[in-house]
Amino acid sequence: MKIAIASGKGGTGKTTVAINLALAAQQEVCLVDCDVDAPNAHLFLACKTPRNSRVVTLPMPVVDESLCDGCSACSDFCAFNAIVSFGTVPVIAPDMCHGCGGCARICPRGAIREVARRIGVIDTYDDAPITLIQGRLDIGVALAPPLIRAVKQEITTGLTLIDAPPGTSCPVVATLRDTDFVVLVTEPTPFGLNDLVLAVETVRALGLRFGVVINRAQETDSYVRPYLSHEKIPLLAEIPDDRRIAQAYAVGMPLIKALPEYAPLFSRLLTQLCEVA
Amino acid sequence: MIIALSSTGKTLDSALNPRFGRAAFFLIVNSDQPETVTVIDNAHATDGHGAGLKAAEAILKAGARVLITGACGPKAFRLLQQAKVRLYTATDMTAQKALAHFENGSLPDITSP
Repeated sequence: MKIAIASGKGGTGKTTVAINLALAAQQEVCLVDCDVDAPNAHLFLACKTPRNSRVVTLPMPVVDESLCDGCSACSDFCAFNAIVSFGTVPVIAPDMCHGCGGCARICPRGAIREVARRIGVIDTYDDAPITLIQGRLDIGVALAPPLIRAVKQEITTGLTLIDAPPGTSCPVVATLRDTDFVVLVTEPTPFGLNDLVLAVETVRALGLRFGVVINRAQETDSYVRPYLSHEKIPLLAEIPDDRRIAQAYAVGMPLIKALPEYAPLFSRLLTQLCEVA
Repeated sequence: MIIALSSTGKTLDSALNPRFGRAAFFLIVNSDQPETVTVIDNAHATDGHGAGLKAAEAILKAGARVLITGACGPKAFRLLQQAKVRLYTATDMTAQKALAHFENGSLPDITSP
């Protein structure tokens, strides 16, 4: 069962919720960090050296100039403007290339072959009973979705919690696809609400079931609670705006370890998720 | 010598477009036959990424050895340097004016994207 934790606005508490759900599980659980641009789940667990490291590559075209006749079929085909016909020396912009393989297929002279271009790494850590699978994009690489898809391939069966990237664009869609349930973490502010609305549109467009957790919840909330009520979106839990939570976070201490009185909140949330997912 | 200009319109009286990759049109002029102007529609003006690369490709295909524009982005710049196209900058004038300035050598080089 795959439960994704996403948001809309960044910094609302996705990783906090993901980590503490994993700790509250007290059973074998797989925690997957799909925020490959800036993975941070490992900061809250006892993760020193990965048990396993796998380099992930994307196929990238290389042109044999002696075979190329400058017909520019490759350049006409490329949807990403990554290969530009320049006489008989097509110029490839590696950072634009999405590794679709189209140019290599379409070249009438067979002048294009593909080589592996490294984009990042997948590290697996053990902090029993939690297994952390972390994707980390190489610095300078702009394309997250292929790495995210590779990370998700490492998921085996059992309870899986997926920490998504912030926002609603391609990396988030790649993360949320084919999950069983999405927890949207938000905060009761204008930005929190604005971006939650976008995230709700996204999960609805993906046909995924979802619920909301309000972090830094206030007594009066003229933003999120009225919206959830109007849209009939389930409110799964509210984490209070407790300064001690931020203090624990700042030193890399998981919430339910620093403040055990919050453990029942996460246990209840996990039980609820296991029921609806 | 074939000269390309990034333009807002289809004639030499049109204002020069200060951006290369996002220009609506490229005007191709042969300095040996200054009366003939070829107009290239920029099909990639609204592409998310790499518009400059496609623009460079289009003017290279037309045989341009000189480009007159306001500025061009890093990808187009790299490609055009590789192709040894000479780059000149001109702003706030018509394509015709820019050509005249080019002819008497008063246009500055573009040295960086």
